[in-house]
Amino acid sequence: MDKIQIENMNLHYGDFHALHDINLGIQEKQITAFIGPSGCGKSTLLRSLNRMNDLVEGCKITGDILLDGEDIYKGCDVNLLRKRVGMVFQKPNPFPMSIYDNIAYGPRTHGVKSRARLDGIVERSLRQAAIWEEAKDCLKKSALSMSGGQQQRLCIARALAAEPDVLLMDEPTSALDPISTAKIEDLVLELKKDYTIVMVTHNMQQATRVSDKTAFFLLGEIVEYNDTETLFSVPSDKRTEDYITGRFG
Amino acid sequence: MHGVFFACALASILAVALICVFLFANGVPAMREIGLLDFLLGTKWSPTNVPPSFGILPMILGSVYITAGAILVGVPIGLLTAIFMAFYCPKRMYGVLKPCTELLAGIPSIVYGFFGMVVIVPLIRWFGSRDVTGLGGSGSSILAASILLGIMILPTIIGVSEAALRAVPGSYYEGAVALGASHERAVFAVMLPAAKSGVLAAVVLGIGRAIGETMAVIMVAGNQARLTGNILKGIRTMTANIVMEMGYATDLHREALIATGVVLFVFILLINLSFSVLKRRKNT
Amino acid sequence: MTENTALRVARPAARTENGRRLHGHLKSRLQKGLVYGAAAITFAVLLFLVAYILVNGIPQLKPSLFSWTYTSENVSMVPAIITTVEMTFLALLIAVPLGLSTAIYLNEYATRGNRLVNIIRITTETLSGIPSIVYGLFGMLFFVTALHWGYSMLSGAVTLAIMILPLVMRTAEEALMAVPDTFREGSFGLGAGRLRTVFRIVLPAAMPGILSGVILGIGRIVGETAALIFTAGTMAQIPGLLQSGRTLAIHMYVLSGEGLHMNEAYATAVVLLVVVLLMNLLSALVARRLTKQ
Repeated sequence: MDKIQIENMNLHYGDFHALHDINLGIQEKQITAFIGPSGCGKSTLLRSLNRMNDLVEGCKITGDILLDGEDIYKGCDVNLLRKRVGMVFQKPNPFPMSIYDNIAYGPRTHGVKSRARLDGIVERSLRQAAIWEEAKDCLKKSALSMSGGQQQRLCIARALAAEPDVLLMDEPTSALDPISTAKIEDLVLELKKDYTIVMVTHNMQQATRVSDKTAFFLLGEIVEYNDTETLFSVPSDKRTEDYITGRFG
Repeated sequence: MHGVFFACALASILAVALICVFLFANGVPAMREIGLLDFLLGTKWSPTNVPPSFGILPMILGSVYITAGAILVGVPIGLLTAIFMAFYCPKRMYGVLKPCTELLAGIPSIVYGFFGMVVIVPLIRWFGSRDVTGLGGSGSSILAASILLGIMILPTIIGVSEAALRAVPGSYYEGAVALGASHERAVFAVMLPAAKSGVLAAVVLGIGRAIGETMAVIMVAGNQARLTGNILKGIRTMTANIVMEMGYATDLHREALIATGVVLFVFILLINLSFSVLKRRKNT
Repeated sequence: MTENTALRVARPAARTENGRRLHGHLKSRLQKGLVYGAAAITFAVLLFLVAYILVNGIPQLKPSLFSWTYTSENVSMVPAIITTVEMTFLALLIAVPLGLSTAIYLNEYATRGNRLVNIIRITTETLSGIPSIVYGLFGMLFFVTALHWGYSMLSGAVTLAIMILPLVMRTAEEALMAVPDTFREGSFGLGAGRLRTVFRIVLPAAMPGILSGVILGIGRIVGETAALIFTAGTMAQIPGLLQSGRTLAIHMYVLSGEGLHMNEAYATAVVLLVVVLLMNLLSALVARRLTKQ
């Protein structure tokens, strides 16, 4: 069974029909990449998977999104959903507090109070995000004092600390330099062992480097969804071919 | 918690409603009893005479004269200072001067009034004395109140017009200078006209501040309830009328004072209205 | 047209061109002079006012002015100082929770373009334009008379709370608006609810801005007279909640109005001015910490 199953999903912003008849299965412990030109709806779909679109006024969703077979829009606690489906944003967005408090924010939100347990979670998450060595001596320092790449890995650690099953990444490297980008990509491949990852990216090389499956979006529709290798080597749709060969977009 | 925040948000609506209801309910009956025209246009205020007379025209004109005077003093200086702050002031100096304009706004009106009483009033008395011009007057006068209020509205004028000037796109300035205009010409012929409605809003807000000012005016304006156009003579404003007599007034006299407050309130509402109209026009 | 006539036409034109340039040059210099002159007047007046009060007032600060109880002989300002602190505390106790909650509602909860939101904005704008004497009249009619609270600290404090409500609210709202949405997203993305997001993430980040508004509010309260004369009254004592008391500003008004205690009025002016200066300084420092972040 797929980890996330999207069936006949449509999304409207007021009068604007942003996503048309989306059907998609996202497999467990795989990396799925969403690619496509700006404004094609790939981030919108990603943000529907943990209901971040609830915060947007006038956003209406029909159809089903199932996580482990349960519909996330029906009878589901949105805060628990977001704990299970973590998110990393386009720009690193650490809170203006210490590194430790940033990581502990999620567990504290979900009721962890014991200092010893928090210490354990913080260390484990930072290690998982490959930033422990850099951060262990300055856990009390403000997270805003870190570099952009470090901040983004911190945000990944922060998402991991909430112990999610799924990790959504919305263009996580678009604000970073090439070296930081490479570090994040290595990290994502490492995390695949334990997490289901969905990643929006503008960068097609990145999709080929890290993802197992790729979905190509155009004008609010999924044009093609396949194994990454197949999609980039023998695209079945003319529009996909045009896009990946750089003829438009 | 949503409900709690919402309930608190209604407090300001409740406050405005209560203020309107209580002022009008207590002031309007007096206007009816005195007669609206006799009240607004009556030239004689002698509430303790038998029979009393309650004409507040002298006070309305007093407020208007002093406010006009304050605008004459405050707007040119304030606007030019705003131009200085926006286009002439070096950055480091700005860091010192900007808080100074805010301090000017923070000084209590009672301190301004005291300053007017011990500095401006004697100065005008000296100016009117036989040794200088012989125009007479005790110093407490329309002129003294105008100068003092002109100073007091400076921070309002400076703040709002500086913001308006800064909101003009820098490309206008560059366009003017690229055509060979001097800095002054670019500022006065291009930037200032572009900020016109913001500057007008500043003036309107200044009028609101000046007409509502109470304590400082009482201390320098002389407070005689009379009709005069002589700026070296004393006059009484609506605000002063309320504070001077509310302490001992009873019955119709007291209600007439509240009615004076109602007239002032209506003035303020009209001024607020035109201010928000101006502000909205600026935004579109 | 021949070359000759063209030349002949060109010459006078050049002359007026020069004249215009000279005229424009003079005009520019005049404008520049006016700008610098006006700025000089503005800041000279401020400097003179502050210096005049301090120079004349500081020598008047005598120990007898600070005795514990007020008599008509020592005209001590200690009861007035304590009343001022009490009044400030009471008014903030009402205005800060109300203003902050309103700001939170408007910025974090209400949907944009909501009609009620527009009404709230218009009413707060109206409130901020109402002169303090009108607040005083209202306070007298409503709290003192209709609610039978009499001339009391409570009447005065509630009146002042309404008066500074728009200030507290507007600065708090601006501070909340300045908090980047990415912080909110980050918090929601971790499964935190709206309330937790507001209290743990948004409010701490907005705190300097909120504080600087509150400090400005303190300045207004300390300096207020017209709204208090007919609500809190003018008794020179250390008042209870339902007793009349005079704040420093009222104290100064009474002293200068009587004309018998000018020296003491100078001294009170010094204290008032120093408090206001400190508040402004504090507010600016707090706000600067905000921009550094």
